Amino acid sequence: MSVLIDRNTKVIVQGLTGKTGTFHTEQALAYHGTQMVAGVHPKKGGESWQGKDGQSLPIFATVGEAKEATGANASVIYVPPAGAGAAIEEAIDAEIPFIVCITEGVPVMDMVRVKAKLEKSKSRLLGPNCPGILTPDECKIGIMPGQIFKKGSVGVVSRSGTLTYEAVFQTSNAGLGQTTAVGIGGDPVKGTEFIDVLELFLADPATESIIMIGEIGGSAEEDAAQFLADERKKGRWKPTAGFIAGRTAPPGRTMGHAGAVISGGKGGAEDKIAAMEGAGIKVSPSPAALGKTLLEVLKG
Amino acid sequence: MNIHEYQAKAVLKEYGAPVAAGVAITDAGEAESAARQLPGPVYVVKSQIHAGGRGKGKFKELGPDAKGGVRVVKSIEDVVSNAKEMLGNTLVTKQTGAAGKQVNRLYIEDGAAIARELYLSLLVDRTVGRVAFVASTEGGMDIETVAAETPEKIHTIPIDPETGVTDADGNRLAEALKLDEPAKAEMVALAKTLYKAYTEKDMSLLEINPLIVLDDGHIRVLDAKVSFDNNALFRHPDIVELRDTTEEDEKEIEASKHDLAYIALDGDIGCMVNGAGLAMATMDIIKLYGASPANFLDVGGGASKEKVTAAFKIITADPNVKGILVNIFGGIMRCDVIAEGVVAAVKEVGLKVPLVVRLEGTNVDLGKKIINESGLDVVAADDLDDAAQKIVAAVKGA
Repeated sequence: MSVLIDRNTKVIVQGLTGKTGTFHTEQALAYHGTQMVAGVHPKKGGESWQGKDGQSLPIFATVGEAKEATGANASVIYVPPAGAGAAIEEAIDAEIPFIVCITEGVPVMDMVRVKAKLEKSKSRLLGPNCPGILTPDECKIGIMPGQIFKKGSVGVVSRSGTLTYEAVFQTSNAGLGQTTAVGIGGDPVKGTEFIDVLELFLADPATESIIMIGEIGGSAEEDAAQFLADERKKGRWKPTAGFIAGRTAPPGRTMGHAGAVISGGKGGAEDKIAAMEGAGIKVSPSPAALGKTLLEVLKG
Repeated sequence: MNIHEYQAKAVLKEYGAPVAAGVAITDAGEAESAARQLPGPVYVVKSQIHAGGRGKGKFKELGPDAKGGVRVVKSIEDVVSNAKEMLGNTLVTKQTGAAGKQVNRLYIEDGAAIARELYLSLLVDRTVGRVAFVASTEGGMDIETVAAETPEKIHTIPIDPETGVTDADGNRLAEALKLDEPAKAEMVALAKTLYKAYTEKDMSLLEINPLIVLDDGHIRVLDAKVSFDNNALFRHPDIVELRDTTEEDEKEIEASKHDLAYIALDGDIGCMVNGAGLAMATMDIIKLYGASPANFLDVGGGASKEKVTAAFKIITADPNVKGILVNIFGGIMRCDVIAEGVVAAVKEVGLKVPLVVRLEGTNVDLGKKIINESGLDVVAADDLDDAAQKIVAAVKGA
């Protein structure tokens, strides 16, 4: 089992014809035959996309046409920042159930608009500014490096792309493997939050433990900790290890991710760590000890 | 991106917000003519730096008894003498750090007869994904203190992006600020004006502290702090022109030219990392092993060899750097591109300090091969823990 995606997921690509879209679509096709089924480009409808190893995908002018023709139930977006908001809106209008936006640098105001539309829709959005999602040996949407994954029992959720890879790499090396790894992205306004993914992991029978990686800025980690604590009272609980990046970050500076900033005395690492520990999550002091920390939790 | 108060007020004035008349000057010789353009008899001389706490700040060169960075004076002569005293000197506030910031510009403004001081700001409330007003009757104070000590005095009002600010929203704000007419009606109009400015100009923060009620019952924007969403600057060339690079760190300006996320810190281990989270975590692990990072640097997802070279040069240009840690976990970023960039940079600028490189992820074998065959004196690391220990040991041993 897994969450959100599996081998039956059919994915279209918005922004396939660019360099990034092409590279990562080739990678996805090569990853256990992820079903990448079509590309979308407003001016190249009717043409086809060719990968470097002879792969070919049809290109449609709109998301709606691509969905109609292929039965796609997911879309991944590599469109540049200025057009990414509109690309998400097109996917929402086409009622794509699961939309993953990889693009970094989408203006926040565009995401405020998207979020309002999303709330009234049937779609779920992951990202933007995220590495995507991967279910080992089944489906890879986005830019995560497939070779570090191993099918297993850990659900990974993270605000940071490269720290997701650390968690995956370390849990693979520890012999645990993953059910699904979900990168929710580093922007302040995004589609899927920690709580949404944690709920899915709690409900997924194959997910036996969880790694949750947060960072400074906002209060999503505190909210997630509260959620897990509340669920635990209802008898729903899975061993969880965590990490918060940015203990050494100076206040008032935006640390790369648009959402990673300690402002107005809020969003600091120590408050988040305290909230997570308070909820029973074992927080690793080092980003290099994620796998080890989870093993300790599992041993009790 | 941050702008100065006088620029923020000019932007708000364009949208029709009530701001006082004022003139910005960069030379004390301009002070008298600036003041003569204002009605008087009260003038305010305000230091223009990108940091808050100016009023309570102190000038380094003037001694502890001198007045602060914002001065209220009652004659044109006093405008001139204060301008002379302030311009060119270094203002230290709670936000500037001990080094302070040189005051290169003053804003001479018409004085106001203040009846009440209020707090009003707009920001994106990420818990609901909407623009929200934050309002408090406790204006003119440090809002963080108000939030910590009397949270019930802070009112947050999120705005539905599909309707914008409604009369009901405006009235809630006016109530939260305990306003009577004519200020109440003016507040409803001002809320709409500020929301329009915020959303149209892609601001990330618009803070008015204080918003004042004048003796005659009208409201006025007395101070304004505005920051913009860097990701939206591409559609605001007029705003980009307001950037004052003298307010920024030179290395950070150079980094921004190459589209690198770089923040100068005060430690001695230079870091080059891909991904903001991993870059922060790399700083954290350096600290965990007892050393300090010299910078935060995220080379980003789609970095080219040239970008990596530029990043390496920025790190090595910092005289405090006694060792460099390159930590890459390639996803969208390919390890071979990083390796080529590092090799090219070292060949160009030389390598005077220890360099530890940890590569993992996409094209890792190719990346390691490029480093190994380069003939450079690079310490290879197996994983993040190993990398952190090796660079800390190398710097401490040096």
